[in-house]
Amino acid sequence: MSAIQVIPLNWYIALSAILFGMGVMGVLFRRNAIIILMCIELMLNAANLLLVAFSAYHNNAGAQVFVFFIMAVAAAEVAVGLAIMVMIYRNTKSTDINFLNKLKW
Amino acid sequence: MIQLAWLIPLLPLLGFISIGLAGKRLSKVMVNAIACGSVLVAFGIALGVFFELKGTSTTVDVFPWIHAGNMNLGFSLLIDPLSCLFLLIITGIGFLIHVYSTGYMHDDEGYNRYFSYLNLFVFFMLLLVMGSNYVLMFVGWEGVGLCSYLLIGFWFKNQQYNNAAKKAFIVNRIGDLAFLVGMFLAYNTYHSLEFSKVFALANAPGADKSILNLIGILFFIGACGKSAQIPLYTWLPDAMAGPTPVSALIHAATMVTSGIYMITRSAAIYVHADVAMELVAVIGLITALFAATIGLFQNDIKKVLAYSTVSQLGLMFLGLGVGAFTGGVFHVMTHAFFKALLFLCAGSVIHAMSGEQDIRKMGGLKKALPVTHLTFLIGTLAISGIPPFSGFFSKDEILAATFEHNKLYWILGVIASMMTAFYMFRLYYLTFHGSFRGTKHQQEHLHESPKSMTVPLMILAGLAVLGGFLGIPDGHAHWLHFFLKPTFAASGVAYRIPDPHEFRFFSEEVALMAVAVAGALIAFALAWNIFKKRGSVPSMIDSEMSKAQKVVYNKFYVDEIYDAVIRKPLDRISEFMYKSFEIKVVDAFVNGIGSMTRRAGEGIKYLQAGTLGFYVFAMALAVIVIFVIKLF
Amino acid sequence: MNLSVTEILFGLLSLMAIFSGICVIFSKNPVFSVLYLIITFFCIAGHYILLNAQFLAVVHIIVYGGAIMVLFLFVIMMLNLNKETEPHKPAWLQISAVVAGGTLMLTLVGSLKGAAEMGMAQTPDTKLGLTENLGKVLFTDFLVPFELSSVLFLAAMVGAVLLGKKHAQ
Repeated sequence: MSAIQVIPLNWYIALSAILFGMGVMGVLFRRNAIIILMCIELMLNAANLLLVAFSAYHNNAGAQVFVFFIMAVAAAEVAVGLAIMVMIYRNTKSTDINFLNKLKW
Repeated sequence: MIQLAWLIPLLPLLGFISIGLAGKRLSKVMVNAIACGSVLVAFGIALGVFFELKGTSTTVDVFPWIHAGNMNLGFSLLIDPLSCLFLLIITGIGFLIHVYSTGYMHDDEGYNRYFSYLNLFVFFMLLLVMGSNYVLMFVGWEGVGLCSYLLIGFWFKNQQYNNAAKKAFIVNRIGDLAFLVGMFLAYNTYHSLEFSKVFALANAPGADKSILNLIGILFFIGACGKSAQIPLYTWLPDAMAGPTPVSALIHAATMVTSGIYMITRSAAIYVHADVAMELVAVIGLITALFAATIGLFQNDIKKVLAYSTVSQLGLMFLGLGVGAFTGGVFHVMTHAFFKALLFLCAGSVIHAMSGEQDIRKMGGLKKALPVTHLTFLIGTLAISGIPPFSGFFSKDEILAATFEHNKLYWILGVIASMMTAFYMFRLYYLTFHGSFRGTKHQQEHLHESPKSMTVPLMILAGLAVLGGFLGIPDGHAHWLHFFLKPTFAASGVAYRIPDPHEFRFFSEEVALMAVAVAGALIAFALAWNIFKKRGSVPSMIDSEMSKAQKVVYNKFYVDEIYDAVIRKPLDRISEFMYKSFEIKVVDAFVNGIGSMTRRAGEGIKYLQAGTLGFYVFAMALAVIVIFVIKLF
Repeated sequence: MNLSVTEILFGLLSLMAIFSGICVIFSKNPVFSVLYLIITFFCIAGHYILLNAQFLAVVHIIVYGGAIMVLFLFVIMMLNLNKETEPHKPAWLQISAVVAGGTLMLTLVGSLKGAAEMGMAQTPDTKLGLTENLGKVLFTDFLVPFELSSVLFLAAMVGAVLLGKKHAQ
């Protein structure tokens, strides 16, 4: 029996919301910039999960293709983001985001 | 050819654009060719239109122009006998003056600029007389005012000339305001500004007479500004600061006659507006007398001619006011001939006298300037109304119509004509007869003007002699009457062409003519006596005049009165408004906005502390808030 | 309780995902965080399979688990981060972070609550997640984004290489 007939969509919504909220918590919680990037990945995955759930429940293939693109964008974003972090580490010898406050008045 | 009528204003406009853009790069020969050529070709086309006209009235639509709501005005040219007549005058005399200017302005360093302005003026004047609605006429109206300003202040390095130019423009503006209000009123009442529609509605049996009177009075105030009538005439004598050909073209032959054109074109309105007509006649008459008295004592050759122009314009308005529309137009035509002639002769004299304009310093120029002398004499005879020169016929027609209207006006008109004859002959004798009163240097340089200046003089003199024969009374009616009849018919005026077989009043008319001519001859004899026989010359020292003479000589102190009564209070009001309102309220408000923005920025900038953690926190908070608001 | 296999599977996977997510956030050693995140990704891939999105599940594991997490591990190893170099936030900030995250989660649940009833398909199409069908949709309706994403990758590559270069000081 496929998941669609058994599990109501609300459960998936709740799961995705929990994962997303945890991702936000992680971003606000940690000071290490790389961990923050990982929590952002967690948020993206929560969104992906919800999209796939809706795609299955509404017979819409476009949503799954969209997930595909989200993954592509996430990969590109991680590549560039980590490159930036490496640069920052080279300049400030730390990955603490509290030291990245040069853009101010 | 009538369909090509749009070329007539276009050619001078192209001349203006090409000379204006090319600036100093064009040689004098090129400028001459473009400027004079464009006006000459325009004259040729106007002639073609004239011969093709045969009493019809056509509207040539050039392009659709204004379309706003219910108002639909096309850029259309009205070709009918009246506009055709003015076309010929403007392009013909314009061409002659262009040719004259090539000689007069030969050594001037602003040569190219002068011709570009002159062409622009011809364009605007043509637009004025060819427009088929009031708005297009107003465009030309304003444009000639602008060109007048540009040309009066042509030698702009002299501050006094600039002031004269500003005065001309500002005084004109006052008249234009009245013109505009009249147009608004006309549009409000008739819902159109096209001549055909307005005149048809004005002639309709149930038309409101009080509105017509009001419109007529407002239009006339506009004409006062442009045609220098009381109280808006003060700019014309000062406008003599411009080059003499400009005075001839603009302030004698064409621009100042635009008021008369406008009233004649609007005859359909005026025929039903008796109050306005009476006002026109009275003001014309008073101006004629007033300006003539001032002109009796002036010593600058151009100022005498300027006051003479104001006086003659007054006479034309008198003619219009008593219903002689054709007479007014006829006098416009002959006045254009002899006044332009007189001004150009004056220019020739000034040119010969190396710039001297005071007639007390001239004299005995008869031998040195033969052609100028002869043509000036012809002009003087014409303006004094001595038969068979042209001025006689036109003045006589106006005076005859005045006599039918009101005998007192006629007497005053005859007196004004007598004064005209007197001061014109005074001018003639003081300039050309007697002994030379100038300096040695001037005497050595006395020379007749070159051909480019004398040939137009001769042509104009010929016209001044022959022009009157268009109006030989054939028992009250003449060729010009028949020529202009379609104009008045098209505008619905109940125009009365006197029956050529009506001989009832013929003898009376001869008597009137005789009185007028006798008056002119008496004035001439008086002038001859004082200035030729006794050889008396006005004193060089101005303080030797009697009290009354002094008042008249200083133009009745009208300018000073205007200054004290109008300008000084306005100055004080504007100063007060500046100190109390402008600085304290407006500036404070504008500066206040700036300083408030700056202070707000200084307060908010502390949000940008650079802490990433806080930014993300704020983002999350904002998302929560948005969700909550959207949900509940 | 008559729980079907599907429900048991769903519950198991969800619990594992949530647990590893919490460990990602609260773990002191960055390497452990990465490892926990990989476990989370596997759980989510399991969810995908439950939902008949087989192609996406495999792609998910390959891309996320095989590429992105490897990248993260590389960088952490390169920067030599471990437990001692971890900085800490003040306590009040940690509490407010938890509260904010929790509030957001609740809001999301509340807002999406009614979304389930919309447009439910009567007969679920089990063949929807197959590679063949996805490929058809991808290359017909979504062709332009597909091509554009290649440009995106180019930009990301160039950017990453440029950023990572050591400049001569």
